[in-house]
Amino acid sequence: MNPLDSVRTALEALRANPLRSALTMLGIVIGVAAVIAMVAVGAGARDQVLRQIASLGTNLIMVGQGSIARGGVKLGAGTASSLTEEDAVTITRDIPGARIAAPSVRWGLQIVAGNQNWGTVLFGITPDYMDAREWTIEQGRGISDEDVAQATKVVVLGQTVVRNLFGGGDPVGQQVRVFSTPLTVIGVLSEKGQNTQGQDQDDVIFVPLSMAKRNIPGMAKSNPRFIHSMVIKMDEGADMEAAQTQIRDLLRQRHRLIPGQDDDFWMRNLSEVAATRDASSRALSFLLAAVAAVSLLVGGIGIMNIMLVSVTERTREIGLRLAIGARRRDILVQFLIESTTLSIIGAGVGVLVGIGTAMVVANLAGWPTLIQIDAVVLAVVVSGLIGVFFGLYPARRASLLNPIDALRHE
Amino acid sequence: MASDAPCLDHTASTEGAPALIAVRNLVRAYTMGPHTVRALDGVSTEVRRGEFVAVMGPSGSGKSTFMNLLGCLDRPDGGSYHLDGQEVSRLSADELAVVRNRKIGFVFQSFNLLPRQSAQTNVELPMVYAGLDRVARAEKARAALAAVGLDSRGHHRPSQLSGGQQQRVAIARALVNDPVLLLADEPTGALDTATSLEIMALFQRLNRGGITIVLVTHEPDVARFAGRVLIFRDGHLVDDHRQEPEAAAP
Ligand SMILES: Nc1ncnc2c1ncn2[C@@H]1O[C@H](COP(=O)(O)OP(=O)(O)OP(=O)(O)O)[C@@H](O)[C@H]1O
Ligand SMILES: [Mg+2]
Repeated sequence: MNPLDSVRTALEALRANPLRSALTMLGIVIGVAAVIAMVAVGAGARDQVLRQIASLGTNLIMVGQGSIARGGVKLGAGTASSLTEEDAVTITRDIPGARIAAPSVRWGLQIVAGNQNWGTVLFGITPDYMDAREWTIEQGRGISDEDVAQATKVVVLGQTVVRNLFGGGDPVGQQVRVFSTPLTVIGVLSEKGQNTQGQDQDDVIFVPLSMAKRNIPGMAKSNPRFIHSMVIKMDEGADMEAAQTQIRDLLRQRHRLIPGQDDDFWMRNLSEVAATRDASSRALSFLLAAVAAVSLLVGGIGIMNIMLVSVTERTREIGLRLAIGARRRDILVQFLIESTTLSIIGAGVGVLVGIGTAMVVANLAGWPTLIQIDAVVLAVVVSGLIGVFFGLYPARRASLLNPIDALRHE
Repeated sequence: MASDAPCLDHTASTEGAPALIAVRNLVRAYTMGPHTVRALDGVSTEVRRGEFVAVMGPSGSGKSTFMNLLGCLDRPDGGSYHLDGQEVSRLSADELAVVRNRKIGFVFQSFNLLPRQSAQTNVELPMVYAGLDRVARAEKARAALAAVGLDSRGHHRPSQLSGGQQQRVAIARALVNDPVLLLADEPTGALDTATSLEIMALFQRLNRGGITIVLVTHEPDVARFAGRVLIFRDGHLVDDHRQEPEAAAP
């Protein structure tokens, strides 16, 4: 029997029972659609996380003022005041690959403009900080080295602050007040949106570091060179682990910590944060795909079920075909083609339904979805294999029938 | 009738041309739990080319069992079966399939047509397994349908045909690969008398065309058209005689 005739025979058999063929396919349609849609949702979520991580910068190390221990009792983060601007300078000088070490202080406060006021977070920074965190200016200008050197009373506003204080208006050149100190708005930051924790990154204001220390009450400490934290930007491809170890050793030495004494600073590598977030989004994708794969398997079992019924029902037909000269292989191939055709057509419809579902989810639920071509190809290939695998047993059963027993079958 | 003369010469069958069918001590036993039924218990006979043989006997005597063995649909538990000079009882399943496809045409009491296919497609089926291309198939199937008197019914489905017409389609299907042997197990069993006579006339015509026919029947009215009658009882061949076949009305 030539292959074309095998295919034709199988298709005729499927056409003979259109409703049943359609229902059998439904299992595979749902399975394939589920795989494609679920993987699209998972990939979309993961892509979003990765993009947020990229915006964070993975070659950044944050060092902050730590806790000091007195008599074994930790007093909480920020209670030590040993971290200084000199630490930052030394790091850029002594740590290989450390491109920027940008010191900053941070203070939560109210900002007033005219009769509007808004609670936000003030960062006292140097221009390096803007570079390290990749802040860009949308309007006006940013904090300059002169501003820092002369402690000028200027401020750069985040988008959220602008929205709340000035509505739609242009704030550049306007006066605002923090703790009764009047500041001139020199620029507006570009929008950054939410960070991975869902916090609004645009609810900030930037002022020169020196000005913040001089004019914010409560910020003046015993050491005028103190800072709250610094962002260290390493060269691309730098060994972050090694850099962290070197920075820790350097700071411990500068802070005169003896071995056995706890660090009086904390250190965080953003790529670690990124790794855990990426891992969890990867786990989510995997889980979604696994659930979908199970439904594909169930669809395959549905095919086997129907093929077994079909073999039983068509025993006499099989007997007749054997009686007029069909070989075992002809019967085997006929039933295999039937089951594979069911699964392949089911997969084709499933691809369309899956892509449709992913688009509907993206539109209605507002989730990001990303259709993965490899998932589509894999789902189609797997369902083809499912057709062969789950069709094999019924087909073999049909082909091993004895012609006379099959013909006598009621 | 000119063709009758050699057929009557039964004793001469072992000489001259080799027999088309030669069975020796054919045994077929069915085991059902503790019981063994010897449906065929040592049957030996020969059938030469061009013969028209009727097989008769009471129900359960082993006629169908015998026919299934002749048709290579089943394998004997003992004895030998030479078909056209070839020992077929030891062939593999696929080799038997080829023998069934090329050498034998089988007609069943219940027609066994594929219900959802047209008469034409049903007749084409053996040629599909023989590997013929579509054009050749269609042409030969039309010719076979014409030979059984169904020229204009090719596109009808079995359910749109009478019993007699369905059996004609089945006969056309049996003939389409030009077999040397046509086997029919009670081909008129499901048909009324008038239709049975038509079918027998067809068989006679085919036999005169040269094909060897072995046919099972319960009815002496049907058997009288054959040139030789085998009678089975309890798995044994108890009688084998030749007769002057009656000519069926065309
Ligand atoms: N598949 C089978 N399993 C068990 N016993 C069987 C089987 N087929 C036939 N037999 C037994 O073999 C014997 C011969 O059966 P067979 O069908 O050859 O008879 P038959 O002469 O064709 O009868 P009928 O005229 O009723 O068709 C019977 O006793 C029957 O019960
Ligand atoms: Mg019988």
